[in-house]
Amino acid sequence: MSFKIITKNLNLWYGGFHALKNINSGFEANRITAIIGPSGCGKSTMLRVFNRMNDLIDGVRTQGEVLIDRVNILDSGVDLVALRKKVGMVFQRPNPFPLSIYENIIFGEKIHGEHIIRDKLDEIVEKSLKDVLLWDELKDKLNEPALRLSLEQKQRLCIARLIAIRPDVLLMDEPCSTLDPQATARVEELMRELKNKYTIIIVTHNMQQAARVSDDTGFMLLGELVEFGRTDQVFKAPLDQRTEDYITGRYG
Amino acid sequence: MERHVDQELKELKEDILKMGALAEEAIFKSVEALKNRDREMAKSVIDHDVAIDKLELDVDEKCIDLIARYQPMARDLRFITTGMKINAELERIADIAVDIAQRTLELVDKPILKPLIDIPKLTTIAQNMVKMSIDAFVKGDILLAKKVLLSDSEANQFRDVIQRELIEDYMVKDASTAPRAVQLLLIARFLERICDHATNIAEDVIYMVQAEVVRHHPEKLK
Repeated sequence: MSFKIITKNLNLWYGGFHALKNINSGFEANRITAIIGPSGCGKSTMLRVFNRMNDLIDGVRTQGEVLIDRVNILDSGVDLVALRKKVGMVFQRPNPFPLSIYENIIFGEKIHGEHIIRDKLDEIVEKSLKDVLLWDELKDKLNEPALRLSLEQKQRLCIARLIAIRPDVLLMDEPCSTLDPQATARVEELMRELKNKYTIIIVTHNMQQAARVSDDTGFMLLGELVEFGRTDQVFKAPLDQRTEDYITGRYG
Repeated sequence: MERHVDQELKELKEDILKMGALAEEAIFKSVEALKNRDREMAKSVIDHDVAIDKLELDVDEKCIDLIARYQPMARDLRFITTGMKINAELERIADIAVDIAQRTLELVDKPILKPLIDIPKLTTIAQNMVKMSIDAFVKGDILLAKKVLLSDSEANQFRDVIQRELIEDYMVKDASTAPRAVQLLLIARFLERICDHATNIAEDVIYMVQAEVVRHHPEKLK
């Protein structure tokens, strides 16, 4: 079993609020792991630890270790730009830049890379759009504004924009919550395709989505990782009563 | 916290309990008809099967409806899927009672072959196993379910004793007894099949309660 990400005694505080409590977990490569739990349980906070997005918030304090490819990314010397290139994030609402479709995809490459020739950029755009199954739809509209796309296309474009800079890990925070059921199904299908190349961690309120799309599931409650296991086991026969109560709607 | 689905799950449980009661009644009446050579009672078992078939369809529909509307998880999911399987087992048990009633109709007009001793005993075992398995389902009682599993070998032994007696003491010695002996032999076989269905129910209950598949895994019962 190869763990892409390992957390060891991970604790996080927002000021005096203890948001993550001693989390020990292992996320396997090339699998989709869903993190579920009620609002405020710490699931988005945990996701944001993996590319140190929480650093942007005042008063955050972190303890413990988060190893990605055996490197502790919480170390002070870690290059955050390189980390966020390696560990990309997709947000709840798709957030394309007010640029063309083409410019959106090469944006990261232009920032990270230097003097990349046009042919190479074209290649990146084509490959990234093919990876998110948008190429056929958009290949003749690459110079049109990305903001004109449908919500689903925007979300796919944001994933393409991430892929363009060749990350290893994709973090997805409620990536389908603004999409209709058909678009959700297509994005889920895309996730299944992408897991062959990436390690995917998705935070979702939608338990059916977690059950459908993920290989592993973690249940969080009040900052604790209560249960972590294979998705079929967690949804058919959870080991912890609190997980049982949450997934059967008895919690609260 | 009482959920909306809880009321519907309770109703499902009551329906399955009703299926169980009807199946038990069908077994009882089919063998009573045999013992008392009661043609009308045997016919009533056959006629009443339509109601059991209808209830089976209703229960099935209810389970599918619950899955479609609530997308149940964990113990709710195990309860509903187990309920569906138990429902099918009970319908099969009722069908077997019909088979017994049909054999009985073949026998009522013919001279008595032998006093019935072991068939009623096997019937009692079958009825108890069905009753216990349904009780285990309703109460989620693993120990009771395991007790059902242990009873199955006793049922097999009775069937073997009945078969041996009918073949060796009757069919071999006097071929003219064969038509009647075969009917009784079939009835013993049917009763033993009922015990097998009760065993299946008990195995399903164990899965429902502790999410462990014991069917085809006898080592897990030790």
